[in-house]
Formats: sequence, structure tokens, C-alpha cells
Amino acid sequence: MRKMLSLISSALRLSAGRTSLAVQRLLAAQGEYVDMTLDPDPPQHPKIHPTPVSGTHRVKRDPPSETLAPLVPVDLISVNEAVEPDWTETLRSERSHRDKPVVTGPPANGSASVGPEVILDVSTKDEMLTALANTELLISHPLDGAGDAVVQQAAVSESAITELLVSSAALEAPSPVDGAAGQKAPDRTVWATAQTPALPSAELTPPLTPSSMVRRSRNVDLTRHPESVHSQAGHAAIPEPQPAGSRVVVSARTYADFTPQATFDIKKCDLHKLEEGPPVQAVLTREEGLQYYRTMQIMRRMELKADQLYKQKIIRGFCHLYDGQEACAVGIEAGINLTDHLITAYRAHGYTLTRGGTVREIMAELTGRRGGIAKGKGGSMHMYAKNFYGGNGIVGAQVPLGAGVALACKYQGKNELCVCLYGDGAANQGQIFETYNMASLWKLPCIFICENNRYGMGTSVERAAASTDYYKRGDFIPGLRVDGMDILCVREATKFAADHCRSGKGPIIMELQTYRYHGHSMSDPGISYRTREEIQEVRSKSDPISMLKDRMLNNNMASVEELKEIDVEVRKEIEDAAQFATTDPEPPLEDLCNHIFHNEPPLEVRGTNPWVKLKSVS
Amino acid sequence: MSSLFSSLKMMTKGAMRCVLITNHLKFFETIGNFQLLQVTVRDALNQAMDEELERDERVFLLGEEVAQYDGAYKVSRGLWKKYGDKRIIDTPISEMGFAGIAVGAAMAGLRPICEFMTFNFSMQAIDQVINSAAKTCYMSAGLQAVPIVFRGPNGASAGVAAQHSQCFAAWYGHCPGLKVVSPWNSEDARGLLKSAIRDDNPVVVLENELMYGVAFEVSEQGLSKDFTIPIGKAKVERPGNHVTLVSHSRMVGHCLDAAAVLAKEGIECEVINLRTIRPLDVETIEASVVKTNHLITVEGGWPQFGVGAEICARIMEGPAFNYLDAPVIRVTGVDIPMPYAKILEDNSTPQIKDIIFSVKKTLNM
Repeated sequence: MRKMLSLISSALRLSAGRTSLAVQRLLAAQGEYVDMTLDPDPPQHPKIHPTPVSGTHRVKRDPPSETLAPLVPVDLISVNEAVEPDWTETLRSERSHRDKPVVTGPPANGSASVGPEVILDVSTKDEMLTALANTELLISHPLDGAGDAVVQQAAVSESAITELLVSSAALEAPSPVDGAAGQKAPDRTVWATAQTPALPSAELTPPLTPSSMVRRSRNVDLTRHPESVHSQAGHAAIPEPQPAGSRVVVSARTYADFTPQATFDIKKCDLHKLEEGPPVQAVLTREEGLQYYRTMQIMRRMELKADQLYKQKIIRGFCHLYDGQEACAVGIEAGINLTDHLITAYRAHGYTLTRGGTVREIMAELTGRRGGIAKGKGGSMHMYAKNFYGGNGIVGAQVPLGAGVALACKYQGKNELCVCLYGDGAANQGQIFETYNMASLWKLPCIFICENNRYGMGTSVERAAASTDYYKRGDFIPGLRVDGMDILCVREATKFAADHCRSGKGPIIMELQTYRYHGHSMSDPGISYRTREEIQEVRSKSDPISMLKDRMLNNNMASVEELKEIDVEVRKEIEDAAQFATTDPEPPLEDLCNHIFHNEPPLEVRGTNPWVKLKSVS
Repeated sequence: MSSLFSSLKMMTKGAMRCVLITNHLKFFETIGNFQLLQVTVRDALNQAMDEELERDERVFLLGEEVAQYDGAYKVSRGLWKKYGDKRIIDTPISEMGFAGIAVGAAMAGLRPICEFMTFNFSMQAIDQVINSAAKTCYMSAGLQAVPIVFRGPNGASAGVAAQHSQCFAAWYGHCPGLKVVSPWNSEDARGLLKSAIRDDNPVVVLENELMYGVAFEVSEQGLSKDFTIPIGKAKVERPGNHVTLVSHSRMVGHCLDAAAVLAKEGIECEVINLRTIRPLDVETIEASVVKTNHLITVEGGWPQFGVGAEICARIMEGPAFNYLDAPVIRVTGVDIPMPYAKILEDNSTPQIKDIIFSVKKTLNM
């Protein structure tokens, strides 16, 4: 793997020119992930290996009909029937929040068929791929009245049958299905599309309405051998239903076919003045993984949308984008509580999100509308939320502020701490060293985090800092150097640092080695001081979202479809927010002079000329 | 009584003046049952901080030498002994750092008093005062308040030369989001500092080192624990009807002295003590100008873009312009960095004779 990486790197280097030393180091550190990274949204996952699945589950309203029965391995039918009543209840409750009518009876069409389901058998990898490709077109299972969400999987045959359900009435189709009944059929390739021409159209797929088209998650076991040594694949006897609908993927339910949690080996941190560092293994549960994935995707999409809007001149002024660094924000938040405090510099959109801001508020603030998180008064660099102190424009000024917040935490005795972020450029500010001194002297519960994304605006770290070991710059303050592209690394390191602070040992420094894909801000193309190849290299080898995605897929903690559903939802959410941000009205002119002071009786403010007297309320 | 007081004041000169007055007034105090209490400005500030520290758990003081040294100018004497390390914090010599820490603590819910040893050193930290403290409430649309007080001696002292003698009233007075107060006497000091600490916004309190040792009589009301002076209201220290003298901080005393001299010649000066630089109380000045038709501003700072310049502009823009019989005159410090030699230093800031001269000039006498 490392050889591959070095080959690739050298090839790129030869072809492209400079990849900075620091980035090479980053990539070397990422070496172990080389074969796991992909584009954020691969159209297909190339690693699908049809494998046995651990169980079968099926949710139906009707008892299995004759047509279906032959498809279902005999030993499983009884299992299904045994648990069916519970599943219908569960399905009803799962559905209730989706505002869909709850179907309590058999399908209205009274069809003898089992309803809109067909089992798609795929036996080989190619077929699987094509199946997936095609099912993207096919999948259209309406969840209103007519149908149930049904997921069905093959039995435990080692010959790797993976079945997918597609809505269709093709079960009524004769012989290919029936004929194959008894076989664990590598030869059975039943395509809904292949089937349907044989069927009367009236009995085909129930009418699809756009609103009811929901892509169902399909259980696809992707790996024969989970990568992690410690994977705990569930062997639940009773498989649980997996209703369609994206909300399910973030529910607290675990699904027998998914690994509920897995332990991963993570990169060891470099230590400064510490005896031991964070653990080298991290446990990731399925729920956590999905939540992190979702949040990082939201962040990524939000930043890309901001890029778009900036180019359309709907966002103006400063816009410093965070894409590439998502693992830092999400990982840090995973290591602290919402009652802890956080302050950062101007690349703050990601943190505003993790600290409780909504995408709508953030985007509306970027576009300067009244629905913005600071009512349009602050802009990109001045967003605030509870226990989040911005969003600060003056490089390095937020570091003493963060130590002050930590002082307040210590003063008030609430066992809270403050995470105080700055970049590799800011790390050379004098006030940071003043802050190190005081924070250490007074043992303030402050985690100083240097997000080293290799470039301070257009200046690479080698050109700006005599010592690029930012985690050692605190001298008397212990430090950690952490892989900032790996969310689990960041999370574990943050937990470690938080424990350090909360135990009264004083401040600690973390250097997160990360990378930003965009330039310093939207007015910086980002390629005059680094090559496109370098950016591409990091994107392909160390993208934080891809890494998490691969981890989850390789360990059967999520399915491709599930993640795709999340992607779709995220896109929709961002579109929504962008829509809001562009249509919300600007702040009223009456608001011009408001909020100069806090808790102050109204006062008069001079306007642009002596006759204009404006009013300020707080 | 008051004429004896003022004549005593006139007879003596320089630093000796303060000591004599103090002794003299102490003599009066011991004599009998007068209702006045002599409090130096230093003690007034000390009492104000003590009372506010006691009143609100969230108030704390930080700065260089404020704790164990009892304050560089002894303004915080006794507070560390009473309140301890948690609430009276000695900082290293890191203005930018500790000013930022103070602002951060204010953002997180405490009410810090950040002392600069002199406001000259606040220039190192001025980014934190303006960009982190003053502007935050506005930038956050009211979400994030910063209830902080920056205090310390401002302006010229005695023989400390150029880098330690600048007046920052104009610099801080320029910025929206800040409140700037400049007390003159003990009552001002007490009331304004208490108001500043109780205010939910960043307040800059510009004290004066040469006034620290000066004692003034303070009424009983002025000594009460809840005595506050509203920020943004000027006070007419001495009524008159021939000319208005507007001033702040130490120069108010000079104006009163000049007024006393001029009174002998039949010129009654109205002396206004601004008390607050920002927001400026223009109404009081305008009301006075309507009465006297002549205005002179007196300040220790440099003339260009100074407090006097602002007052001139405001008067011109307002209704009082029509009542002026002569242009507004500014009496200011000389437009040079402060020299060291005594004779040069004495001639770098307004003296009483300069005020008297300007009054006579403006009244065409």
C-alpha cells in the first residue's frame, strides 16, 4: 500500500511539480488509508462482494402468498411469521412521524400478490453492479396506502445471493421464479425489468407519485471479511425490519445485518511533554458513524453551496470555506459537550453548525438577511451561538478570548472547559504566547487547538514558522499532534485533552493536521501557492468523509444506499437553506443602529448628516 | 468657608497644593460636626471597587500589580487581602493577552475590571478593547454582551515624558460600542466607576494619576453603597452667565480655579464637568451656551481630532450655534509629544493663565 502511495506520489510529483513537504507528510500519515478513499459520491461502490447475509427479515402485512413462498427459503418463513405482528406494530410507529397514513389492512387493490415487491436475485458481482445501477432507476416504492416497506434478503447460502427488493408486481410472473424455487441460485437472475414486459401492465408497479418515491435502504452485505479485527457482527436470531425512509437510518434501532459497532485502529499521536497519549483504538457505533457522516456531509455541502452563492455574488465580502477540514469540527464536538465552550477564528461556518446553528441561519447570515444567525449584522466571520463565541476576524485575537472563557469556567466552577482554535498562520501571533503563559500559570481549563492546514493564506508553514511543530510551541504546555483528517483520531484526542483539562492539570495543545480544499477565502483561487495536483491528491487519499464512509461500508455498519439517502437528504436540506437564504428579506433599515449596547434604554445615533437622527434600541 | 477654601487653593502652587488642601480640610473635619467627608479620589475608587466586588460575585479585578502590590498607584489597596486570589488577579506584563482574557471572561458571564497600569499601555491591547469588546454586541445582533470595565490613569502625569503621558479620550471616544467616562473628583470617581461596573457594556474609565491624591468632600448620599452617576450626563459644577467652560478630568479643577480668578473681575464662568466623553452630553452644553453665548473647551489632550474638536462640531450642527456670539475656542495640550524638563512640561498642558487668557479673548476684553 505504501509502495503504491509512494509510486503515485512520485508520479504526481514528477508530473506536477511541487507538492509541499508538509503535504507529503500528511499523505504519508494517511498512508494506511490509501486504499480506502474514494470520491465523496461514487456512483457505484467498486468493492461490493456479494456475500452471505446474517439473517433475513421481512415485513409484510399479508401472510406470504403462494407466489412469494417459493422465493423464500423454507427455513425462514416460520421465523417471519413468528415475529410478524410485532413488526407491523413497529412499522406503524416508525411511520407515524413520517406523516404517512398508516395502513392497517391488506393492500387496497386486493391483489393476491404480496403487494409491491419483487425479489431481485443477483448472484455475481457484475450483476450486482448492474443491479445497483439499474435499481437507481427502478426504485420507486411508494409508501402510501398501497404498500409496505419490505426488505428481503437471501438465505444464508454461502454462494452469495444478495436480494434486493424492488417494487413491482413481478412476483406474479411465472416460471423463472417458480422454477428456481428450490435452488440457491447463482443462476437465478430475475430482473424486475425483465419480468415486467410479461405482465399485464395494470398489475405492474403501483402508480408512482413523486412525493411517494422513496429510495428504500437495502441491506447489502458488502464485505466477506470485515476489515476490523474487533468487529462485532450481530447474530441476532430475529432480524428486525428495516422500513424504508431515511429517518430510520438515524434511529436508535440497530439492525441485525449491520454491525452495531466496531473498533478501529487509529494513528498514534505525537506527544510533547506527555507520558501517554490518546488511545490508539476507537470504537465507533453505527449511530455515531451515521451522525458524523451526516454532519460532515452537511458541512461539505453547505460550504460548496456557499462557494456557488459567492460566485453568483449573492454572498459578498469574506467567505472562508471549511471543506476538507470537516473531521476537525465534527470530531472536536464529539469529544466535548454542548455545555463546554468553543471559540474559533474566521473559518467558522463548520463550528457554528456543530455548536447548534442551523444551516438556514448560517446561510442567511452569509447572504446578509434578517433570518441570519446574527440577523445579518455579522456576516461570515461573526456568527454566534450558545457557548460559541464566534467567528473572530482579527487573527489570533480569539486565543486570549478563549482563555478568558476558560477563566470564567474555572471561576464559576462548573467543570466546563473552553476549546480555543487558531490556525497555523495565527500560531505566530505574540498574544498567543502571552495566553499560553497565563493559561498555564493559572491552570485554565483550555484546549488550544491549532488547525494546521499547511497554509496561512498564501504562505506555507515552512515559509512562516521557524518551528512547524505547532504542538510543541506551547513549550511548557503539553501537546499532541493529531491526524486531523480522521474523525476518530480527532475525537479521541479531544476526549483525552478534555480529560486533561477537567482534571485540573491546566491547558493542553492539540495540533490537527488537516487540509483545506478551497483557497484561503473566496478571493483566493488557492492554486498560486500550491498545485491542483496536490489538492487532488489529498482529496483522493485523505478526504475525511470518504474515510468515514469506507470504514462504515467495509465493516458493514451502513449500506451504500443508506448513505446515499443521507446524501440526498443533505442536498435537499442545503437546497432548502439556500432557497431561504436567497429569498429572505434583508434586515430592515430600522435595525441599522440597534444592538450597539446591551440592556440599554433607547438612544439616539447620529446619521450621515446632522439632520439624520437614528434610533438605537438594544 | 468656600472662599477660604478657594483662596487657600489659589495661594499655593503645584503639588504642594494637594497636600495643603488635604491637611487643611482634615483640620476642618476634625473640628466639628460638618456633614462632609473628605475622600481622596484614590479612596473613592477603592471603595467603589470594594463595594461592587462585595455586591456581585461575578465582579473581579485583573491587571498588573493589582493584588499583592496593592495596585501600582495603590488604588486597589487592601482588596487582595479581603477577596483573595480568585477575585483579584495579578497578571504578567501581557496587556494584549490579559485584556483579551478579560474580554473573554466577560463574554462567558463574568464582570471583569481590567486595569491598565496607564492607558498608554492599553495601546498594546487596543484591538481587544475595540474589536473584541466594543463591536461584539453589534456584530452578534445583541446575542453576545460584554460587561467589562477597562480602567486606569490617563493623560499627563508629572515628569514621565512622552510615552507615558498621552490622553486617550479622543481615541476611545471615537468608537461606537464603547462608553467612555472621565471622572474629575471623588464623587465622580465613585459614582462613575460603580455605574461602569454595573453596566452591561464595555466602559472605559479614564482616571488621572495626579488626581488620585486629591481629596474632595463627598456628601453622605455620595457615600452610599448604591450611589451611581448616570453615564452620559454632564454636571454644571459652577453656574455662571458670561462664558461656558467645558472640561473633563483634571482640567475641571483648572477651570474652576480660573473661574474663581475671573469672578474677581466680574466675569462669571459656567463650568461644566463633562463626566462622560462618550456618549457626549451635548444638551447640557447647548443649554449653557444658550445662556452664556460663549463657549470654551478645555482639555489636556492634543487638539487635532480631540474632545474639543468634537464639541465644536456638535455645537455648530445644533441649535446652539445661533446663540454663539463668538466662535468656540479650544484650549488644549500643545501638539507635541510630552517633553521631560519641568519648564517644558509645564508649558505643554493648559495652565490657568491660558484659560483666563482665552476667556478674555473670547469676551473681547
